Amino acid sequence: MCLAVPMKLIEIRGDRGVADVGGMRREVGLQLLDSPAPGDYVLVHAGFAIQKVDEAEAQKTLALFRELDLTV
Amino acid sequence: MKFIDEFRGGKIARLLADAIREAMPGRESATGRPLTFMEVCGTHTMNIARFGIRELLPENLRLISGPGCPVCVTPHRWIDHAIAIARRPEVLVCAFGDMMRIPGSTSSLERERARGVDIRIAASTIEVLSLAKENPGRQVVFLGVGFETTIPTVAVSILEARSQGLPNYSVLCGHKLMPPALEALSKGDLRLDGYLCPGHVSAILGSGVYESIVRKHGIGCVIAGFEPLDILQAILMLVRQAAEGCPRVENPYSRAVTREGNVKALGILSQVFEAKDDEWRGMGMIPASGLKIRTEFAGHDAALRVPVEIEPTREPAGCLCGSVLRGAVKPPECGLFGSACTPDNPVGACMVSAEGTCAAYFRYGVRH
Repeated sequence: MCLAVPMKLIEIRGDRGVADVGGMRREVGLQLLDSPAPGDYVLVHAGFAIQKVDEAEAQKTLALFRELDLTV
Repeated sequence: MKFIDEFRGGKIARLLADAIREAMPGRESATGRPLTFMEVCGTHTMNIARFGIRELLPENLRLISGPGCPVCVTPHRWIDHAIAIARRPEVLVCAFGDMMRIPGSTSSLERERARGVDIRIAASTIEVLSLAKENPGRQVVFLGVGFETTIPTVAVSILEARSQGLPNYSVLCGHKLMPPALEALSKGDLRLDGYLCPGHVSAILGSGVYESIVRKHGIGCVIAGFEPLDILQAILMLVRQAAEGCPRVENPYSRAVTREGNVKALGILSQVFEAKDDEWRGMGMIPASGLKIRTEFAGHDAALRVPVEIEPTREPAGCLCGSVLRGAVKPPECGLFGSACTPDNPVGACMVSAEGTCAAYFRYGVRH
């Protein structure tokens, strides 16, 4: 039930926005975010964006995986 | 898909599994006890089974499932209350899909719907608000079940109902809070070595909430994302903590979780709800672990708006759901598992919900 999907915000109209994942688009509530902007990746749960996804942090984690790959 | 595909991949998964093996403290012989971690979240339970993660782990590392499936920990009496409300002719009840088949004492929402009671499945409270707008003559009741991930979305719906002037929208509040349940488990006799903390509950709460668990109980807390590499990486961190004898809070799911969490969502949550002592299936009463709607929003509290009589509670005989939720037994240890109790003919909530521990074990053939 705590499933949330990372989606890209395409457009914003007030408290609502349209988000996209793999070409599938849906309307999401933006009331729970501070200053969302088009292009942001957000976690969508039960029709609402509940948190932004931090690209730089994601890259850090992926870099750790790459490091693991290089050390063997 | 971005932020999904990069966190999957067999090669890195095998490398992480190798690293876990290498990092194992090798203390099994000393204590006679495998390293034991609890995955708290039902979505973790499901993905651990679905991606076969147990098969990659050393034998002396044990993962046990926690109370992180919200419909599973909802007690019978609450389901009976929801059913009693749904039976009222002036009411239109809406619920998330996984509530429908959860058994109450003598019925379920699905069975009531088959008998002609108007019960709708909603994917979001936004849809339920629209229904309230379209049906001004009916009391539209949303069954609010879920942890911190979900609660702010329900809080928003109550604020919207007020601002849009929808007095016929109300919520039956069955929401529960995760940190008090972890506190209760940490005091118990499970002797856990670490928690795989729920990623999306933590996206709201922040990683800071686990600091007191580490301080008071010496149990490591690592916040895990939901893709297979996320889960393996979090397990590796817990193993290293155990080997070093240094439990702490670590947050490898930093792309979604900060130390403070979603401050705006937490503010909205506490604007609408306040804590109360609450009953968890299998765990009993836990102090300040549930929520009620604040008096200021009493007009949107279905428990007050739709007074009903609730039938006497009856628990199914032989069902070990409660012990499974406490992590005290694994599903195959239940006499009903796979015989009298299957996803097609479930006895307990843990076999019904898509995220229930018993359903995960049954669907993916997990035997240990």
